Amino acid sequence: MKKAFTFIALIITAFLLIYGAEEFPKWGDPNQPASLHVSPRYIEKAVEETAVPNLVTAVLADYRSYDTMFETVVVFTAGIVVMMLLRRPKKW
Amino acid sequence: MVREFEDVIIQTLCRFFIPFIQLYSLYVFAHGHSSPGGGFQGGCIMAAAFVLMVIAYDLNEAKRRFREKALLIFCCLGVFIYAGTGWACLLLGSNFLDYGFLSKVLPTDPVKARYYGMAMIELGVQITVMAIMVSIFLDLVTRGEHEEILEEKDA
Repeated sequence: MKKAFTFIALIITAFLLIYGAEEFPKWGDPNQPASLHVSPRYIEKAVEETAVPNLVTAVLADYRSYDTMFETVVVFTAGIVVMMLLRRPKKW
Repeated sequence: MVREFEDVIIQTLCRFFIPFIQLYSLYVFAHGHSSPGGGFQGGCIMAAAFVLMVIAYDLNEAKRRFREKALLIFCCLGVFIYAGTGWACLLLGSNFLDYGFLSKVLPTDPVKARYYGMAMIELGVQITVMAIMVSIFLDLVTRGEHEEILEEKDA
Protein backbone atom coordinates (compact mmCIF):
# COMPACT_ATOMS: atom_id res chain seq x y z
CA MET A 1 0.00 0.00 0.00
CA LYS A 2 2.76 2.40 1.03
CA LYS A 3 4.81 1.48 -2.00
CA ALA A 4 1.92 1.98 -4.38
CA PHE A 5 1.24 5.39 -2.86
CA THR A 6 4.92 6.38 -3.27
CA PHE A 7 4.87 5.22 -6.85
CA ILE A 8 1.74 7.23 -7.69
CA ALA A 9 3.16 10.32 -5.99
CA LEU A 10 6.37 9.93 -7.98
CA ILE A 11 4.50 9.68 -11.26
CA ILE A 12 2.42 12.76 -10.46
CA THR A 13 5.54 14.74 -9.48
CA ALA A 14 7.37 13.67 -12.62
CA PHE A 15 4.38 14.66 -14.75
CA LEU A 16 4.20 18.08 -13.08
CA LEU A 17 7.94 18.66 -13.55
CA ILE A 18 7.84 17.71 -17.24
CA TYR A 19 4.70 19.82 -17.72
CA GLY A 20 6.49 22.79 -16.13
CA ALA A 21 9.63 22.25 -18.19
CA GLU A 22 7.60 22.43 -21.40
CA GLU A 23 7.32 26.18 -20.92
CA PHE A 24 11.08 26.67 -20.81
CA PRO A 25 12.89 28.15 -23.82
CA LYS A 26 14.61 25.67 -26.11
CA TRP A 27 18.17 24.62 -25.32
CA GLY A 28 20.57 27.09 -26.97
CA ASP A 29 17.79 29.37 -28.20
CA PRO A 30 19.36 32.80 -28.93
CA ASN A 31 16.06 34.57 -28.20
CA GLN A 32 15.58 33.27 -24.67
CA PRO A 33 15.51 35.96 -21.94
CA ALA A 34 18.82 34.92 -20.40
CA SER A 35 20.65 35.30 -23.73
CA LEU A 36 18.97 38.61 -24.50
CA HIS A 37 19.56 40.43 -21.22
CA VAL A 38 21.87 38.63 -18.78
CA SER A 39 24.69 37.33 -20.97
CA PRO A 40 25.31 40.50 -23.02
CA ARG A 41 25.31 42.56 -19.83
CA TYR A 42 28.04 40.35 -18.31
CA ILE A 43 30.09 40.21 -21.51
CA GLU A 44 30.03 43.95 -22.04
CA LYS A 45 30.40 45.18 -18.47
CA ALA A 46 32.51 42.52 -16.70
CA VAL A 47 35.93 44.03 -17.40
CA GLU A 48 35.04 47.63 -16.68
CA GLU A 49 33.10 46.72 -13.54
CA THR A 50 35.45 44.17 -11.98
CA ALA A 51 38.88 44.64 -13.64
CA VAL A 52 39.10 40.86 -14.15
CA PRO A 53 40.06 39.75 -17.67
CA ASN A 54 38.62 36.26 -17.17
CA LEU A 55 34.86 36.38 -17.67
CA VAL A 56 34.29 33.02 -15.97
CA THR A 57 35.98 34.21 -12.79
CA ALA A 58 34.04 37.47 -12.88
CA VAL A 59 30.71 35.61 -13.02
CA LEU A 60 31.78 32.90 -10.56
CA ALA A 61 33.34 35.08 -7.90
CA ASP A 62 31.55 38.39 -8.28
CA TYR A 63 28.12 38.25 -9.90
CA ARG A 64 27.40 34.80 -8.50
CA SER A 65 29.58 34.91 -5.41
CA TYR A 66 26.76 33.92 -3.07
CA ASP A 67 26.39 30.70 -5.05
CA THR A 68 30.14 30.04 -4.89
CA MET A 69 30.16 30.63 -1.15
CA PHE A 70 27.67 27.85 -0.58
CA GLU A 71 29.55 25.60 -2.99
CA THR A 72 32.46 25.99 -0.60
CA VAL A 73 30.17 25.27 2.32
CA VAL A 74 28.97 22.10 0.52
CA VAL A 75 32.59 20.91 0.23
CA PHE A 76 33.12 21.75 3.90
CA THR A 77 29.99 19.86 4.93
CA ALA A 78 31.03 16.84 2.85
CA GLY A 79 34.37 16.73 4.66
CA ILE A 80 32.76 17.03 8.08
CA VAL A 81 30.26 14.26 7.25
CA VAL A 82 33.05 11.91 6.10
CA MET A 83 34.85 12.66 9.37
CA MET A 84 31.71 11.87 11.39
CA LEU A 85 30.91 8.67 9.53
CA LEU A 86 34.34 7.10 9.10
CA ARG A 87 36.64 8.41 11.79
CA ARG A 88 37.13 6.33 14.90
CA PRO A 89 38.64 8.42 17.68
CA LYS A 90 40.94 6.98 20.32
CA LYS A 91 38.33 7.34 23.06
CA TRP A 92 34.80 6.81 21.90
CA MET B 1 47.05 -1.39 5.96
CA VAL B 2 50.06 0.92 5.94
CA ARG B 3 52.89 -0.86 4.24
CA GLU B 4 56.45 -0.60 5.45
CA PHE B 5 57.81 -0.04 1.98
CA GLU B 6 60.60 2.25 0.92
CA ASP B 7 61.95 2.86 -2.52
CA VAL B 8 64.85 5.24 -3.00
CA ILE B 9 63.99 6.15 -6.58
CA ILE B 10 60.35 6.94 -5.84
CA GLN B 11 61.16 8.90 -2.71
CA THR B 12 63.86 10.97 -4.39
CA LEU B 13 61.66 11.75 -7.36
CA CYS B 14 58.77 12.73 -5.11
CA ARG B 15 60.99 14.92 -2.99
CA PHE B 16 61.94 16.65 -6.23
CA PHE B 17 58.40 16.92 -7.61
CA ILE B 18 56.27 17.85 -4.60
CA PRO B 19 57.51 21.46 -4.34
CA PHE B 20 56.82 21.97 -8.03
CA ILE B 21 53.32 20.57 -7.71
CA GLN B 22 52.66 22.91 -4.81
CA LEU B 23 54.08 25.84 -6.76
CA TYR B 24 51.88 24.94 -9.72
CA SER B 25 48.88 24.87 -7.42
CA LEU B 26 49.65 28.39 -6.26
CA TYR B 27 50.07 29.42 -9.91
CA VAL B 28 46.65 28.00 -10.81
CA PHE B 29 45.15 29.84 -7.86
CA ALA B 30 46.87 33.16 -8.54
CA HIS B 31 46.17 33.14 -12.27
CA GLY B 32 42.51 32.27 -11.84
CA HIS B 33 41.78 35.87 -12.74
CA SER B 34 43.36 35.83 -16.18
CA SER B 35 43.33 32.17 -17.24
CA PRO B 36 41.35 29.03 -16.42
CA GLY B 37 41.85 28.13 -12.79
CA GLY B 38 40.89 29.28 -9.36
CA GLY B 39 40.45 28.11 -5.83
CA PHE B 40 38.75 24.76 -6.44
CA GLN B 41 41.33 23.56 -8.96
CA GLY B 42 44.31 24.94 -7.05
CA GLY B 43 43.12 23.33 -3.82
CA CYS B 44 42.76 19.96 -5.50
CA ILE B 45 46.29 20.13 -6.94
CA MET B 46 47.67 21.08 -3.53
CA ALA B 47 45.89 18.08 -2.00
CA ALA B 48 47.31 15.87 -4.78
CA ALA B 49 50.82 16.84 -3.69
CA PHE B 50 49.98 15.66 -0.19
CA VAL B 51 48.54 12.39 -1.52
CA LEU B 52 51.76 11.83 -3.46
CA MET B 53 53.69 12.37 -0.24
CA VAL B 54 51.58 9.75 1.55
CA ILE B 55 52.12 7.26 -1.28
CA ALA B 56 55.85 7.81 -1.59
CA TYR B 57 56.73 7.98 2.10
CA ASP B 58 54.28 6.71 4.69
CA LEU B 59 51.32 8.07 6.54
CA ASN B 60 53.23 9.07 9.67
CA GLU B 61 55.80 11.08 7.77
CA ALA B 62 53.05 12.95 5.95
CA LYS B 63 50.97 13.49 9.08
CA ARG B 64 54.00 14.82 10.91
CA ARG B 65 54.20 17.54 8.29
CA PHE B 66 50.47 18.31 8.32
CA ARG B 67 49.00 17.82 11.77
CA GLU B 68 45.44 16.72 12.45
CA LYS B 69 44.70 19.91 14.34
CA ALA B 70 46.10 22.10 11.57
CA LEU B 71 43.94 20.23 9.07
CA LEU B 72 40.76 20.96 11.03
CA ILE B 73 41.73 24.59 11.52
CA PHE B 74 42.37 25.00 7.78
CA CYS B 75 38.99 23.43 6.93
CA CYS B 76 37.20 26.07 8.93
CA LEU B 77 39.57 28.92 8.10
CA GLY B 78 38.76 28.86 4.39
CA VAL B 79 35.01 29.17 4.88
CA PHE B 80 35.69 31.80 7.51
CA ILE B 81 37.79 33.88 5.09
CA TYR B 82 35.06 33.68 2.45
CA ALA B 83 32.23 34.62 4.77
CA GLY B 84 34.45 37.16 6.53
CA THR B 85 35.03 38.99 3.25
CA GLY B 86 31.28 39.12 2.77
CA TRP B 87 30.76 40.42 6.29
CA ALA B 88 33.51 43.02 5.84
CA CYS B 89 31.56 44.41 2.89
CA LEU B 90 28.41 44.35 4.99
CA LEU B 91 30.10 46.24 7.84
CA LEU B 92 31.44 48.87 5.42
CA GLY B 93 27.88 49.72 4.48
CA SER B 94 27.20 47.66 1.38
CA ASN B 95 25.51 44.42 0.41
CA PHE B 96 26.88 41.02 1.39
CA LEU B 97 29.90 40.20 -0.85
CA ASP B 98 29.73 43.52 -2.72
CA TYR B 99 33.52 43.95 -2.92
CA GLY B 100 33.42 47.46 -4.34
CA PHE B 101 33.08 48.90 -0.86
CA LEU B 102 36.35 47.26 0.22
CA SER B 103 38.04 50.27 -1.41
CA LYS B 104 37.31 52.12 1.82
CA VAL B 105 39.94 50.03 3.61
CA LEU B 106 42.13 48.96 0.67
CA PRO B 107 44.24 51.64 -1.04
CA THR B 108 42.58 51.12 -4.44
CA ASP B 109 39.62 52.34 -6.43
CA PRO B 110 36.30 50.43 -6.23
CA VAL B 111 36.83 48.53 -9.49
CA LYS B 112 40.26 47.27 -8.45
CA ALA B 113 38.85 46.46 -5.01
CA ARG B 114 36.52 43.94 -6.65
CA TYR B 115 39.59 42.30 -8.16
CA TYR B 116 41.24 41.93 -4.76
CA GLY B 117 37.99 40.85 -3.11
CA MET B 118 37.77 38.02 -5.62
CA ALA B 119 41.37 37.03 -4.89
CA MET B 120 40.45 36.92 -1.20
CA ILE B 121 37.50 34.57 -1.62
CA GLU B 122 39.49 32.38 -4.00
CA LEU B 123 42.06 32.05 -1.23
CA GLY B 124 39.32 30.91 1.13
CA VAL B 125 38.08 28.36 -1.41
CA GLN B 126 41.63 27.10 -1.99
CA ILE B 127 42.31 26.55 1.73
CA THR B 128 39.01 24.77 2.40
CA VAL B 129 39.19 22.50 -0.67
CA MET B 130 42.80 21.57 0.07
CA ALA B 131 42.17 20.71 3.73
CA ILE B 132 38.92 18.83 3.04
CA MET B 133 40.47 16.77 0.24
CA VAL B 134 43.37 15.77 2.48
CA SER B 135 41.00 14.98 5.34
CA ILE B 136 38.74 12.79 3.19
CA PHE B 137 41.78 11.04 1.73
CA LEU B 138 43.19 10.26 5.17
CA ASP B 139 39.85 8.96 6.41
CA LEU B 140 39.29 6.75 3.39
CA VAL B 141 42.79 5.35 3.13
CA THR B 142 43.02 4.30 6.81
CA ARG B 143 39.35 3.47 7.38
CA GLY B 144 39.24 6.33 9.88
CA GLU B 145 41.94 4.95 12.13
CA HIS B 146 44.85 7.22 11.35
CA GLU B 147 44.97 8.72 14.84
CA GLU B 148 45.74 5.32 16.35
CA ILE B 149 48.36 4.52 13.72
CA LEU B 150 50.22 7.71 14.53
CA GLU B 151 50.05 6.97 18.26
CA GLU B 152 51.55 3.50 17.84
CA LYS B 153 54.46 4.84 15.85
CA ASP B 154 55.27 7.51 18.40
CA ALA B 155 55.12 5.16 21.37
